[in-house]
Amino acid sequence: MSLRKYLLRRLVLLIPVLLGVLTLSFVISYVIPADPVRSWAGPQARPEQLEVLRKQYHLDKPLHLQIGYYLKSLVIDWDLGTSPTTRRPVIEDLKAFFPATFELAFCAFVLAVIMGVPLGVISALKRNQLIDHFSRVVALFGVSTPLFWSALILQFIFYYKLGWLPGFGRSDFEIERYTGFILLDCLLNNNWEAFKDSLERLILPSVTLAFYSMGYLVRITRGSMLEVLGAEYVTTARAKGLPARVIYFRHALKNAIIPPITVLGFTFGWLLAGTVLLETIFAWPGMGRYAAGSIVRIDLPAIVGYTLIVAVFMIISNLLVDISYSIIDPRVRVGGKFK
Amino acid sequence: MKDSSLVLLSSRYSILKKRLHPATKEIGLTLYVIRRSFLAMIGFVIVLSFIFIAFFGEYIAPHDPYETNIVQRFSPPSTEHLLGTDKLGRDIFSRILHGAKYSIRAGLLVLLIAVPLGVMLGGIAGLYGGWIDEVIMRVTDIFLAYPYLILAMAFSAALGPSLFNAMLALSIVWWPMYTRLVRGQALSVRESLYVEAARSKGAGNFYLIYKHILPNCLSPILVTFTLDMGWIILATASLSFLGFGAQPPLPEWGKMVSDGRIYIMQAWWVSLIPGLTIGLTVLGFNLLGDGIRDALDPKLRRVIEVKWKK
Repeated sequence: MSLRKYLLRRLVLLIPVLLGVLTLSFVISYVIPADPVRSWAGPQARPEQLEVLRKQYHLDKPLHLQIGYYLKSLVIDWDLGTSPTTRRPVIEDLKAFFPATFELAFCAFVLAVIMGVPLGVISALKRNQLIDHFSRVVALFGVSTPLFWSALILQFIFYYKLGWLPGFGRSDFEIERYTGFILLDCLLNNNWEAFKDSLERLILPSVTLAFYSMGYLVRITRGSMLEVLGAEYVTTARAKGLPARVIYFRHALKNAIIPPITVLGFTFGWLLAGTVLLETIFAWPGMGRYAAGSIVRIDLPAIVGYTLIVAVFMIISNLLVDISYSIIDPRVRVGGKFK
Repeated sequence: MKDSSLVLLSSRYSILKKRLHPATKEIGLTLYVIRRSFLAMIGFVIVLSFIFIAFFGEYIAPHDPYETNIVQRFSPPSTEHLLGTDKLGRDIFSRILHGAKYSIRAGLLVLLIAVPLGVMLGGIAGLYGGWIDEVIMRVTDIFLAYPYLILAMAFSAALGPSLFNAMLALSIVWWPMYTRLVRGQALSVRESLYVEAARSKGAGNFYLIYKHILPNCLSPILVTFTLDMGWIILATASLSFLGFGAQPPLPEWGKMVSDGRIYIMQAWWVSLIPGLTIGLTVLGFNLLGDGIRDALDPKLRRVIEVKWKK
């Protein structure tokens, strides 16, 4: 199976999962005892107003019709509905909040990779030495400490106590927005002052997030590397007298990298979901805060829109992982993944 | 000195190898490997003390966790209040001791609902195969593609925020991992001769799951279970932190961190200490889980066996 055919097939398989995610959201909204309309309209709303809202959002219809209406507007107009509480189209809201979250998750992701993978490799090479214990403890602490707590503590130390880094929000420089991704926009504007400011504001949240997701990566990399280092071809390579550099990087790392990459796939999903907690603490104007707020207000269209976007990203990152297998390891042919 | 201790250990090991009932031997061997690992021992001790505090913490606590004392609000750690007091002058040490039971309850409840559900579905999917397998696994995919914190938040918001509803919400999102695990095992066991033999004797599917598939995946489930205890404690705390779990004045650890959040400038200990407790507990479960994983790893076992046979 060629790569293009494989991609096409995976993208088609994405549809039932997304439909399922959609259905799940609607089922939750259907079975909840609370009346969402009442929470949208406020306590003073008259019964007629509630009725109008209910009609407008098809809440008076049975479940399958609700899903049907939603799908119809999604497929025909690419419309995710209008949020009853912000009174803006959900897609506009998400467009406004998405870049902030993506920027944060992406920075954290990159940090986690450039710290986690080397740490795991070194840890495996220096097994049971000081640096191995150190990196394992760091990794375990990263996984074990609550994300919201480490965020608070870092904020407390670096913002309140030392005053080295800004502790809240995104950059508030007035710049021309081309993409919504603030770092990119600053560069496009050639505004280095704003760039520095937005980078500084990114440091604390992304480091917290990276630290959290790094732990698992270190553990998996270490384990996989240890396994490969015990393999016979590594012994052979050693016996041939190859330099250590070649053994470790050409023979071992190349074979050991598959499990960490699998982890990376769902790490990105975790990161997107982890921003819910971080954005609350760092007052980061992203999707996570929007989602948390929407849940409090029982803003159904917003919740459905958010979950759809996150699910798409999770599935795509898993897909990228599967494709990268075949690039790294020629034995894995993409098509072979299917029975 | 060192030699004699080696002999002692090796003889203990050979006793485990030879005379005992397989299950006892298994447990003994696991404990033995855990005992040999320093980090796993630390985890074991942490988990044991956590369980102890969860059961007896309320009797040790020097103060009433709900007793407010405005005069003494935000008093730093001292001999009277070991870990200081919070915004209402409540003793944090006592609150932490009382809070342990909520964390352990959350972990146990979630796993008591999620593990059997996941095992059942995974076993059915693996044994029946065909369209049943397809349906169950696609539903699992959907749950895995759904951001679990959001799902739990939505359930918890829908049912009304309370600690119990947060636990319920987490149980609803936690089973897919177990389904995948058991299904994989079921697939590999399905074609084996002993399953065929059991089938030919007329064994039903539930009997097969219980008698043949479950014992085969008991060790990965045990490892996942231990690690998951930590994860669930974290998740419960996160939900409470966001306001979707425990409600005041319940001394739940995550809620205590969020309560102290706005006062961090004047009283850092209010947030710091409960968070540290969560971290330590989760660390304990992670260390122990890793230890059990190592203990059950056949490769590592062989190494130990070879070592002691020499």
